[in-house]
Amino acid sequence: MTLTIEGSKRRSSYRPVTRSARRRRDLVRNLAFLSPWLVGTGLFFLYPLVATAYFSFTHYDGFTAPRWTGLQNWFYVFQDYPFFWPAMRNTIWLVVVIVTLRVLVGVAVAQLVIAVKRGGGFFRTLYYAPYLVPPVAGTLAFVFLLNPGTGVVNIVLGRLGLPQPGWFNDPAWSKPSLTLLALWTVGDLMVIFLASLLDVPQELYEAAELDGAGAVRRFRFVTLPYIRPILVFAAVTGIIATMQYYTEPLVAGQVASGQIGGSGQQTEPGYPDGSTLTLPQLVYNLGFQRFDIGAACVIALVLFALCMVFAALLMRRGSGFLAED
Amino acid sequence: MVSMSASAPASHRRHPVLEWVAVHTLAVTVGLFFALPFVFVFLTSVMTDQQTLTRDLWPQTWEWHNFVDVWRTPGFATWWRNTIAYATLGTALTLVSSIPVAYALAHFRFRGRNLAMMVVVATMMLPPQVVIVPMYLFWAKQLQLSGTLWPLIIPLAFGDAFSIFLMRQFLLSVPKDYVEAAKIDGCNDLQALLRVVLPMSRPAIAAVALFQFFYLWNDYFGPQIYTSENPAAWTLSYGLASFKSAHHTNWNLTMAATLLVMAPVIALFFLAQKAFIQGVTLTGVKG
Repeated sequence: MTLTIEGSKRRSSYRPVTRSARRRRDLVRNLAFLSPWLVGTGLFFLYPLVATAYFSFTHYDGFTAPRWTGLQNWFYVFQDYPFFWPAMRNTIWLVVVIVTLRVLVGVAVAQLVIAVKRGGGFFRTLYYAPYLVPPVAGTLAFVFLLNPGTGVVNIVLGRLGLPQPGWFNDPAWSKPSLTLLALWTVGDLMVIFLASLLDVPQELYEAAELDGAGAVRRFRFVTLPYIRPILVFAAVTGIIATMQYYTEPLVAGQVASGQIGGSGQQTEPGYPDGSTLTLPQLVYNLGFQRFDIGAACVIALVLFALCMVFAALLMRRGSGFLAED
Repeated sequence: MVSMSASAPASHRRHPVLEWVAVHTLAVTVGLFFALPFVFVFLTSVMTDQQTLTRDLWPQTWEWHNFVDVWRTPGFATWWRNTIAYATLGTALTLVSSIPVAYALAHFRFRGRNLAMMVVVATMMLPPQVVIVPMYLFWAKQLQLSGTLWPLIIPLAFGDAFSIFLMRQFLLSVPKDYVEAAKIDGCNDLQALLRVVLPMSRPAIAAVALFQFFYLWNDYFGPQIYTSENPAAWTLSYGLASFKSAHHTNWNLTMAATLLVMAPVIALFFLAQKAFIQGVTLTGVKG
């Protein structure tokens, strides 16, 4: 030990130390490294979470002091508030359709990039680029391209003699339009799948080929078992992200309806006809436009519970998400 | 089934030319779906406003001054400055506050480390709307900071969950031997992090910085909550959403503005594509 002592600066770390002194030093070190995050988690996560839970049992408009009302807000949201269940139904529709299609298209597009071989890098970049587009910009672009009157898509459909849907202006087509937008930004999944597809050992494919397995059977029995964990990961994170779906449906509804989203003006969310309402939009609408903070906090807690259920799935032992190597 | 004869090597090798044509046709067709929205947004952005109301898809005249007009729209240049300041400062604060936390979670052994990781993942998956009411009351009523971007910037000095998670995933792959060697040379943990681990982690730092920069550049909800009352503090994402309403049916200017908001992130991506794709891969599970 004495060999390592050269300067006074190094003395402290190699002094013979008792176990408890060492433990105390480690504790100080750990706290020093973690302190910004510990403070942040307390201030910006735990405190507001507890406050949200408290407000959900009160009548509170943000100006006069909150008044305890027990379960009143909870009954109101689940029984009387007209937008809660439509928003839940929309969320289920969006989660099922968007997550399923994004995973399927993500795998298909990744396979396609691999099949192209030379020049695959070009297509990878092209398919990935829309993922980077700011959501507000992408939504504006899609509302324009799909607008029923002068949008490119309906012009082309018209020239081909095909029906021209109302897209973002038709309650039956607004969610499919959002789905198209979500598929346009499938690049993140493509890149993740690409990495995992390229990890599948080539020998397995060759062996399967020698056994006479066609492309479908090779995918089913070689590729699929290999990429299953990453598919599960993509599905669960996709579910969590879709339950939080906010910017795209909000901006699409505002722009398609011609409503002004600027300062202070009330907008009726979910245009057309509540078909694009999601839970986060209800939190904003109730809490910041109608000043019914109690009801907004009930919905915030429902959203929290839903997201944490799926986050817990990710953190299960053996899911690989928190693995250390 | 098992035929070892050379006659059945691979179904897809029987017609290499046909297969090449089929794959490339498909790749180009799929490429159109991803590329055409950009093309039509661009074509519209250089049309006259009258033409955007016709069913004509190709610009009759090329009105390049549309981009200048957008730039001169009251507020637009301010939103640009705000967004750049917000995204740059926010990213810098995120790196400084998150890297030590990620290092501790990856390399220190202590009780509660797993719990800490779970809290990181939970906050990473947390919709911002869940805690927004108390947060808004805190920043606006207690600290009188509504109408500014500070309520969005200050918390980044206390660690960002996604950045911590991503950085920790990378730091796990840094061999502990390097850290041990540095310590034998007399470094303490902070010095080992700064002098040994960080220089090895440049690609990961670049990826974390890019992700955070893009997140801040794109964020709509945060600026909506805290700055909607004060257009002088708006960011591009928030300003852009109000742009269409302010310009009624001027789709040409709206699309030009849309392109101007997209351009920096796309440009940044092409400059740092490798680091970025590596970062996306890191977010996934391993094996």
